[in-house]
Order: sequence, then C-alpha cells, then structure tokens
Amino acid sequence: MSSKVRILLPVKRVIDAALKPRINKTQTGIESAGVKFSINPFDDIAVEEAIKIKNEHKDLVESIHAVSIGPAKAQDILRIALAKGADTSTLIDVQDQEVEPLQVSKILKAVQERQNSNLIILGKQAIDDDSNQTGQMLAGLLNWPQATNASKVKINSDSTVEVEREIDGGVEVVKASLPMIITTDLRLNEPKFVTLPKMMKAKKKPLEKLKVEDLGVSIEKRLEILKLEDPPARQGGLKVGSVDELIAKLKELKAI
Amino acid sequence: KATLAFVETSGSKITPSSLSALRAAQQLGNPITALLVGTEAKGAVDEVKKVSSIDKIVTSSSEKYDHYLPEQVSPLVASLLKDSEYTNFVVAASAVGKNFLPRVGALLDLQPVSDIIKVVSTDTFVRPTYAGNALATVKSKDSQVLVSVRSSAFAPVELGSASDVAVEDVSFVEGGNGAEFVSEEIVKSERPDLGSAKVVVSGGRGLKNKEEFDKIINPLAEKLNAAIGASRAAVDAGFCDNSLQVGQTGKVVAPDLYIAVGISGAIQHLAGMKDAKTIVAINKDEEAPIFSVADVGLVGDVFEIVPELTSKL
Repeated sequence: MSSKVRILLPVKRVIDAALKPRINKTQTGIESAGVKFSINPFDDIAVEEAIKIKNEHKDLVESIHAVSIGPAKAQDILRIALAKGADTSTLIDVQDQEVEPLQVSKILKAVQERQNSNLIILGKQAIDDDSNQTGQMLAGLLNWPQATNASKVKINSDSTVEVEREIDGGVEVVKASLPMIITTDLRLNEPKFVTLPKMMKAKKKPLEKLKVEDLGVSIEKRLEILKLEDPPARQGGLKVGSVDELIAKLKELKAI
Repeated sequence: KATLAFVETSGSKITPSSLSALRAAQQLGNPITALLVGTEAKGAVDEVKKVSSIDKIVTSSSEKYDHYLPEQVSPLVASLLKDSEYTNFVVAASAVGKNFLPRVGALLDLQPVSDIIKVVSTDTFVRPTYAGNALATVKSKDSQVLVSVRSSAFAPVELGSASDVAVEDVSFVEGGNGAEFVSEEIVKSERPDLGSAKVVVSGGRGLKNKEEFDKIINPLAEKLNAAIGASRAAVDAGFCDNSLQVGQTGKVVAPDLYIAVGISGAIQHLAGMKDAKTIVAINKDEEAPIFSVADVGLVGDVFEIVPELTSKL
C-alpha cells in the first residue's frame, strides 16, 4: 500500500449487555445509578480487528487512535482500547448528554481531520439506542466508501480492502480503497479479555480530553423522546406435561 | 405533503420487507411516490401499481444501482428529497435500508429514525431501544422525516387490481466515493423466508451439533411449512448459517407461531422473537428463561419430544 494506515476507533460506553435496563419513574430515560457499564460489544470487536490488522501488517499500520464521546467515566473504556493495543486516545467529554448519531458523526469527522485517519472501524450499532447509523452517516459526511456489518476484512497487496458483509439471507463481498469506513458484525472476531498488567501499562498511554466546543461542533438534538416505556408483558409460563397436551393447547390457541 | 417510499425488488416482485414498509407509508396518510432503482426496477412497476395510495412511481434504471450500493443510492434519494414536497421518506429496515438511509441523512443534514414499529403521526413514531427492552416514542424536529420500518411490526400491503399510475424515469445521479460490489452468496433454502414466515421453528445449543440440528428441526419445519431460525449460540457453534439467527443482532421476527427448541432464551434472543403471537418452548432445563415468555412450555428431552411432535401433527 502506498500510504500508511492510520486507524480511528470510535468506542461507546453502554450499559452492560448482560443487564436488563430499568426505565426511570418519569419515563424519560434508563436508570444509570449503580449500573455496570461496558464497552459497546460491537466496538470491542472493532478494537480487536484493528489490533489484528496491525499485527498482520506491521509495516502498514502507522497508528491506532481510540475516541469516545461520553461522560468522564468513558475514560474507562478508552483505557481498555489502549490496553488492547491502541496507541493514543481522545475523550470528548459531553457529560451526561445523549448525543444523536448525526451529531456523533459530525464530532467524529472533526476528530478524523485532527488525526488524519484513513481507516475508521466501529461497531455496526450501539446496544443502547440500537440506531445502527453512525458508521454510515460518518461515511456520508466524509464522502468515503462504507462496508457495514463486516464478517471478514482482508487487506490486499494492491492497496484495496475487501470486506465480507452480512446481508439478508447470506453474505456480500465489497471492495474499496482507503480511506474507508468499516462497521463490525458479530462474527468478525472474538474479542479477548485484557490482562491486568496490560491495563496497568495502558495508564501511561496518552488520553487527551476535549469538549465539543474545542472541535467547533455544537450538540443539537433533532429527536425528542416523548416517552420511554416497557414493552407489553407476555403472559407466559404455562407448562404442559406431554406432546398430546401441547398439541391440544396449540389447537385451543388456534396456533395450528 | 407527500411520502417518498423506497421499494426494494427481487426480479418482478416487491420484497416482503418493502411490502411492510409500504404499509407504514400508507399509515402516514399522504400520497405516496414509490422509488425503484436498478436494471430490474422496471420489471416490478406492474406490481407496485397494485398497491393502494401510490400516486406516482419513479424509476432509475442505471446498473450502478444494482446491489443497492449505498454510495450510489444515497445521492439519488437525496436529490429527490432536496427542496421537494416530500415530508417523509420511508424504507424497510432491511440490510439494504439500514445501509443507505443514514447516508442520506448525512447528505441532507437530517437525523433518521431507525426501525420504527408504530406510526403515531407524520413526525412521531415508536421504536425499540435496548434490544426491545424499552420502547421509545420519538418526535422528529426535522423538516423532512426519514424512517426505516421494522417489517415484523407492519402487515404487508395487499396487492389489488392495478391502477393507472404515472411512471417517471429519472437519470443516474453522480454517486459518492464508493465501494464496488465483488460477489454475493445467498443461502438457498426450500423453506419460507424467515423474516415474513407465519411459522418459525428455531433451534438452539440444546441440539448438540449440526447433524442433530438438521435431523430434529428440518422435519418439524417441513411439517408446519415453517421457516428455520436459530439462537446465536447455535450459529456460533456452527449448527447453521448466520442468516438464520434470530435476536437483537440477527433477524427480528413476529410470526403467528414460534417454536423454540433447545433454546434457553437469553435477552438478546428474546428481543428477536417475543412479539410472536404464540410461543412454544421445548427445553430440558425447566428454569430456562424462555419458559417465562412461552405461551406453552414442555420440559423434557428435545430429541424425544420433537420427533414425537412432528409425527403427531
């Protein structure tokens, strides 16, 4: 490849995937007090993939920069990315404000310009708002090629990147030259746990703190959440004792 | 006021997810312009004419739109929306729709609303967040509202008799810096499409291996003319293809009948199937969370129960 690869890794701090979120009393948001937060699982896959690319193409990858937009505590997940192998990082401190994908993309575009990144790898969606938009929007703002829902990434010797993507009913392969954006799907890799010594070492790696104003971007909300509510509860739990009873019950329910 | 609806096609047919997206478009209450793209677009025009409330059909037949590459499709959609009478843009939340809709948003400085499950008004929608654990009612302040539609939440539109709808051809709009299509591999199946099937039989880790998965699940699915689904654990273990995965990160389905075989029922899986009308769970672990959402549960050995069920149906 003619030019060096500078990877940007946007990572989001989200409520841990194993927890069932609780809606607050005013029905405006999710209870966050005393709740465990983690790196968005899809972003964790993105971090793993960046490190893998760097290990397989040592001469090619110049740098890996992780960035997170969130409260001061989002530093914790930047430290994880650093421990896994990112070189440097930036926290865009927005305190507890929710930032919509369009604004996230504008902020990330500004970060891309600062870092001169030419490969951006991020999760296909965050498991809190489940929007599945940021990668595509950022690609649109930058006018870069995009390869979403990646299940395999291959860097060719002719400076192109081939990505196998999950689509409805199968897979599709697309090819592009850098700069480009890749969003990750579950099957791309299996993220490893970080060891404590690596976490300790990561404390010495650079973590720059900025505010959105520093990037010349303002946070403007386009969507108003009028209400947040639990989905209708199912009346489950009935058990039968045999296949015959099961069939009888299904007939009664007019399910067969 | 009008709605622009993107219609995905397969040969001369509208895809099932687009039929559902058109239902959401009808619920917005304004005249609908249907947009079809690619070399096959014209072939599906006759079918689109059979959908009520379609006021106009726009096609763009450039081969550049084949495979719905987002870098190509987005500039076309953006050019149609820009300074137009369209107050809404609607697309299915399919792999295609999810891929290009946000890119259109970026080009027009609009914030799309993903995966709606209910139309409240032309600017207000309900959408699931947190893997379906919280339903958000969202109001958009944008001048034009872009939405993607979760197909399991909207019944497909019926096709009536064809009406006389004007068809306009628009030329190719210069695309962005794009990726190129190399190849695709669609898993061929005799079974109905997972996303739109009336009955789904799903297998989980309890089926032990691929041979058992096929041996236990296939005959039951055949008997019920059902689509086959799977839990993430079954996919990860290699029992079946990933395209069959039901859950937060796979397909979201809402069939009339969902039979979960050897599936424990992790939150992520429940997110993909808990809107089924009737849920049946068969599992040897009576504590499995799947039983708490199942209308009918049967505790026991799936290797005995399922063949017996198949033979007695």
